[in-house]
Amino acid sequence: MSEQTNKFGAGALFSRVFVKVGVLPFFLLGALVIFTALSSKFLTGQNLVNVARQSVYLVLVSMGQMLVLISGGFDLSVGTAIALTSVVSASAMVYFAGVFPDAIWLAILLGAFTGFGAALLVGLVNGIGVAYFDVSPFIMTLGVSSVGAGLALFLTGGVPVSGLPFAFGDTFGFGRFWGIPVPVIIALVCIVVMWVFMSRTRLGTQIYAVGGNIKAAHLSAINTKRTLLLAYMVCAFIASLTGLLLTARVESGEANLGGTIALESIAACVIAGVSLRGGIGRVENVVLGAFFIVLVQNGMNLAQVSSYMQMVLLGVLLILAVIFDQLRYRIIMNGR
Amino acid sequence: MQVPKLVETRGLTKRYPGVLALNSVDFDLEPGEVHVLFGENGAGKSTLISMLAGANAPTEGTITLNGAPVRFTSVAEAQAKGIYTVFQEFSLIPTLTVAENIFLGWEPMRGPFVDHRAMRRRAREMFKDLGFEIDPTAITASLSRAQQQMVEITKAFHGDLSVLILDEPTASLTDREVDHLFGFIASLKARGVGIVYISHRIQEFQRIADRVTVLRDGAKIGTVAMCDTDEGALVEMMTGRAIAEIYPQIARQPGALLLTAKGLKTPGLSAADLEIRAGEVLGVAGLVGSGKSRLFRALMGLVPRQGGTVTLHGVDITHAPTRAIIKGGMYYLSPDRKAEGLDLAKSSNDNLAINLVMGGTGVSRSGFINWKAVQAKSEQIADHVELHDGYRAKRVSQLSGGNQQKVLFGKCFGQEAEIYVFDEPTVGVDMGTRSALYLLIKELAEAGKAVVLISSDLPEVLNLSHRMLVLAHGRISAELSGDDMVEDTVLKYFFDESGAKA
Repeated sequence: MSEQTNKFGAGALFSRVFVKVGVLPFFLLGALVIFTALSSKFLTGQNLVNVARQSVYLVLVSMGQMLVLISGGFDLSVGTAIALTSVVSASAMVYFAGVFPDAIWLAILLGAFTGFGAALLVGLVNGIGVAYFDVSPFIMTLGVSSVGAGLALFLTGGVPVSGLPFAFGDTFGFGRFWGIPVPVIIALVCIVVMWVFMSRTRLGTQIYAVGGNIKAAHLSAINTKRTLLLAYMVCAFIASLTGLLLTARVESGEANLGGTIALESIAACVIAGVSLRGGIGRVENVVLGAFFIVLVQNGMNLAQVSSYMQMVLLGVLLILAVIFDQLRYRIIMNGR
Repeated sequence: MQVPKLVETRGLTKRYPGVLALNSVDFDLEPGEVHVLFGENGAGKSTLISMLAGANAPTEGTITLNGAPVRFTSVAEAQAKGIYTVFQEFSLIPTLTVAENIFLGWEPMRGPFVDHRAMRRRAREMFKDLGFEIDPTAITASLSRAQQQMVEITKAFHGDLSVLILDEPTASLTDREVDHLFGFIASLKARGVGIVYISHRIQEFQRIADRVTVLRDGAKIGTVAMCDTDEGALVEMMTGRAIAEIYPQIARQPGALLLTAKGLKTPGLSAADLEIRAGEVLGVAGLVGSGKSRLFRALMGLVPRQGGTVTLHGVDITHAPTRAIIKGGMYYLSPDRKAEGLDLAKSSNDNLAINLVMGGTGVSRSGFINWKAVQAKSEQIADHVELHDGYRAKRVSQLSGGNQQKVLFGKCFGQEAEIYVFDEPTVGVDMGTRSALYLLIKELAEAGKAVVLISSDLPEVLNLSHRMLVLAHGRISAELSGDDMVEDTVLKYFFDESGAKA
């Protein structure tokens, strides 16, 4: 072993970084080099700030997705939670704005809570199915995403809900505090909260333990079912928050929001080294992973890659990330 | 001129990164001979046969078959040369029928189609030849483990069998089935087949063995003819020390009654009564399938409980969930450290941390964790179970079985308990680690804790416990203590439940 380390110094460094943080640093480096070469506008402060603002939504959803992945499952219904939140909260806001025309912030608040409620219901159903009835997360969340998407379309008849209070979009979609866009502030707060939750609280530790070995967790007095349920609920809640921010951005309730976000968020997590087998993953890496995906999309836009080809490349990226995840897991389990 | 041996290995060596699994072993097998490989788990028996069977390639050394050097790259290649191996892990596909399994890859054809009728007929003939009573049309998953074992053996009878390798073939068989298997081995011997037989049950293999080769830590200790040796000598060769050095004396100070179970029922078990007392070691013995583990898994709420009452510290826990029982002061150490004991992808420290966090170490009232305190405590525990410094940050999957077991033991010091249930605590563990684990058991018992020791290793139970329960066929067939705790008496209760009154 030590002979090899001496012989291939660079290779050893490469594999050490790979095992420690996964494939992300290499992807990030590759993307920076390629897109800088393809477009002169790519590596400018203006563009990077732009990417940061655009990545807020994926960063948020990916953190929820990470939670579920670490617990040993995955959530294909995050997009549905977003769409449902958008439609339900928008409809509720319009309704309450009619009831309390003088207290517009009350209407916004009530609308937001209604949206949260709808998404939490999605998370609850997912969690109950997975934790208490042992339905595979794949089928459970796939089924729920169909149900949710259908409900969102049914509620609106497929027509966007318009007429939202002006203050809602003005604040949460386009507002700034101390010059920083409000969605960015909300994302930063969420990142800090998630980081503290995962690394400093007992509940976070329990999620890692359940994903690592659910039977061992059970024998360590952990309430595994409740922990799983919690993971799906928190994931749905964060997706719901994202749904509200997106609704504010487009200033209407739309049933087609979040269409590709399940795939993108899983890709962001896997690229960031979250194990598909559960138990492994870090908040700060996932944030970077989501940032990376948006960066690639932005770079492709600047390089005038068609949106159809972008879908192809995103899929390829996800598959590559999973292959590297397999390799990494093998190295982790066998040592070198 | 000397007749070439059937199989011969010279300087056979297998090196894995960081581990020398087999160290220059010379081994030979004559036609019509039963040659037993004897040694502890991890001694290199499985590594040796995996190379004979073609599942693994040697790092160094040669294998010759009938005097000609061979190099197998796959199990199929070894089978083509007449070497067939029945591994401990079955290679049967549970959803297929027995006949389909036997002929998997050799299906009799009629034109382009599989001839199922011929397949069933030939399977029936083979079973008849071997004296096995199995229906070839049954779905394999519906058979008992013993029957599956027989199917596995039957699979060996394709082509030209010259070497049969059996890896712990009796592990899940009943006595009658073992007799059957041995009769069958005798008939193979008469046909000139060489048999390599892996086992650590001396009483069993001394009936059929011609020669015994003892392995320890990957090296060959020696080969002896069965008629020239006895049990004590073999155990000493296997462990490198006399039996008395391995097991510590545990002082008995019976204390308060901690747990009482009355009429506890669970599927596959008749109603059981038992008591657990502080300050003593309660041994639990029985054959595989006797229900000894299941009984305590029922106490812990890991398998469904159908009736009876269980009280722990005067609190009724008959229907309490597992986590409540653990918090009530009863810790259960799983027999399967990989499936339900450890998180293999994490370090030993991370594994210990889970129990510490659940036990409340370093956790504030609002649920925040002080990792420094957890870390300090887990270092203490690792010191206590004598886990070497260099292993603590390594992923558990990279540790040896013995060190993994030390981590598993360490987990039970993270949560305070009054009763420790150790289910097969030394399975797959080398002798050195074993005696270290026994000292931990001694320390717990002498500190006034109650220890339950469930084990398939009878000497372990006999030497460590103060009182013991014997289980047979899903019921407690005897409760023994003092001078009754000798091997012959216990073995009687293993098989004969009516012996309780004799």
